[in-house]
Amino acid sequence: MGYHHTAGHRRYRFDDLRTLLAAASPARSGDALAGIAAASEAERMAARFALAEVPLSRFLDEALVPYEADEITRLIVDTHDAAAFAEIAHLTVGDFREWLLRHETDGETLARVAPGITPEMAAAVSKLMRNQELILVAARRRVVTRFRNTLGLPGRMAVRLQPNHPTDDPRGVAAAILDGLLYGCGDAVVGINPAGDSLVAITDLLRLTDTLRERFEIPTQTCVLTHVTHTLRAIEAGAPVDLVFQSIGGTEATNRSFGIDLALLAEARAAALSLGRGTVGDNLMYFETGQGSALSAGAHHGVDQQTVEARAYAVARHFAPLLVNTVVGFIGPEYLYDGREITRAGLEDHFCGKLLGLPMGCDVCYTNHAEADQNDMDNLLVLLAAAGVNFVMGVPGADDIMLNYQSTSFHDAAAMRQLFGLGRAPEFEDWLRRMGIADDGGRLLPVAGRHPLLGLAEELRP
Amino acid sequence: MRRPVPPDPWHPLRALTAARIGLGRAGDNLPTDALLRFGMAHAEARDAVHSPLDAAALADALAERGLAPLAVRSEARDRAQYLRRPDLGRRLAEDDRAALAAHPARGADSVLVLADGLSAAAVARHALPLLDALLPRLSGWTLGPPVIALQARVALGDEIAEALDARQVVMLIGERPGLSSPDSLGAYLTQSPRRGRTDAERNCLSNIRPEGLPPAAAASRLAHLMVGARALGASGICLKDESASPGSLRAAAHEGACSTQNREKPRN
Repeated sequence: MGYHHTAGHRRYRFDDLRTLLAAASPARSGDALAGIAAASEAERMAARFALAEVPLSRFLDEALVPYEADEITRLIVDTHDAAAFAEIAHLTVGDFREWLLRHETDGETLARVAPGITPEMAAAVSKLMRNQELILVAARRRVVTRFRNTLGLPGRMAVRLQPNHPTDDPRGVAAAILDGLLYGCGDAVVGINPAGDSLVAITDLLRLTDTLRERFEIPTQTCVLTHVTHTLRAIEAGAPVDLVFQSIGGTEATNRSFGIDLALLAEARAAALSLGRGTVGDNLMYFETGQGSALSAGAHHGVDQQTVEARAYAVARHFAPLLVNTVVGFIGPEYLYDGREITRAGLEDHFCGKLLGLPMGCDVCYTNHAEADQNDMDNLLVLLAAAGVNFVMGVPGADDIMLNYQSTSFHDAAAMRQLFGLGRAPEFEDWLRRMGIADDGGRLLPVAGRHPLLGLAEELRP
Repeated sequence: MRRPVPPDPWHPLRALTAARIGLGRAGDNLPTDALLRFGMAHAEARDAVHSPLDAAALADALAERGLAPLAVRSEARDRAQYLRRPDLGRRLAEDDRAALAAHPARGADSVLVLADGLSAAAVARHALPLLDALLPRLSGWTLGPPVIALQARVALGDEIAEALDARQVVMLIGERPGLSSPDSLGAYLTQSPRRGRTDAERNCLSNIRPEGLPPAAAASRLAHLMVGARALGASGICLKDESASPGSLRAAAHEGACSTQNREKPRN
């Protein structure tokens, strides 16, 4: 069956749901590159009219990627909660938008229906919503997760401290960690993207961060963002692994290109759980995603990049993660061309993740060949802070010298706290107060004299 | 200079890392000097992406070395299209394909391609020093004419070599500029190049510039790889670079950052 809309004398036809969703998606270079974007602005709007009429239940009957061919589709279908869906089962996509915007649809309601919402439903409704609406609805939904502290509480925003170094030099990494801590950052995780992937390099970094955490009794978790198979080896070698990191995508073939499947993720989660390192909870998966990865891997099945991205959240949701990070502008201009497309994608991802019940954070970022700059990042950061994002990145001076891209800085996070009155994870905020890094209101204090972290700086000094 | 905001007391740790640490703060925000330094670094990176390669000057410099370079373009007509359509940057413009196919130099052991990629400055500054150190190491090799390629992606080299019927291609191409490295050159090697070769079938040396992997050192590693690929009859993950330090070389998964695979990135 097809989907139609008539505007004036023009009748638009969309062969299937996949085609309809792609045509309805706000314009972005990746869908154009894939050859699935609307051919004109009018066709895009016609697709949205047609999409608004599609019953939500239709998404349970028409798979975008065949059930037989894709374990993500099977996961979505097999774990769908019909009882939770009952509350919204009578709605079309257009009705669903209005239902989400009603004053009565509060966080509790959203949490109740979340298991009944599929990624495709979330993606579909987002395509009818303006940026402001994506912010408004997402802000109602708090997703709280715990490992060594409590993340996602109302009025709080956490920061991943990202102390990358091009050669994984331990003193260079430690210097950046110290900088971030003294700027009040690191409650989401102290997470390093390693330059090398040898077992020795990875266990060295794990020991370095764990030693620092224990020495200063920091209520946070650490992570080396390496492939899940490396993390499994590190666990076997007895390294102190708090979180299991993995990049994930929204189709089985994308995940195969990443060298993973659902069984491998389950195995790694079980291994990390067996270490029992969480003190206040056991959410220990850290996933990264980003629109465009499926197309890049030649594994998108003709599905638009925003919808495929939402499907990745079904994978994440299955493993009760501590953190899910959409790395929104990292992939480059052939997928998200400019600041406008990056901004839209960041808000869509955050909204869809929250709607599905994920602890959604965002690496607000860009590369130097994208048409974007730090002002675009400021805009998206402010919007996400307003939307109640769980966490953002903290990179020294916003300049990642290992991955060669620009993100948000420790300074940026502090500015958002000032602007919106946002606190940190409560356990971490207490620690900052005890350490004399922040005052009772959470504001950064000048650090001087015999501060213990400056003692560490003295030890590191060349 | 005016200094209303002092740097942080741990500022001396800057000696340990190029990361922008210990900057100090005005309220919660950057001091003016740090703000402007960041802006300048970004401006240089942007200029590197958008400034065209001076192909004529490069051709003259090659001619001075007794080489007779050819010039080709990809199907990407300009930078804006190049950035949006990497697939076009991997395909030779039709006229140029025909010209290469008609060129008398056939069956060379290797052909060297100098390509703008995402940083013309990288090629303009570092390709010639690299060649000057590389060519003396290739005595006994039959080299095809060097090819200057514009609006080029890495895989364009495979089609160029295929059209010239060469057994190997080395693509010297400007990498995606970083904030502190606007002029990093990458070297990509494919044995038995032809259209459709995957990234896993290439080897890559990244970050070639005086502050990274200096051109002379890169030439030594590259010669080693070229000899190895020729002997093995293959390149990519099956070819190990034993002269490399751990982690500094691997099969080329990503243009512009072949040493950073821990964050999933698009292929170029």
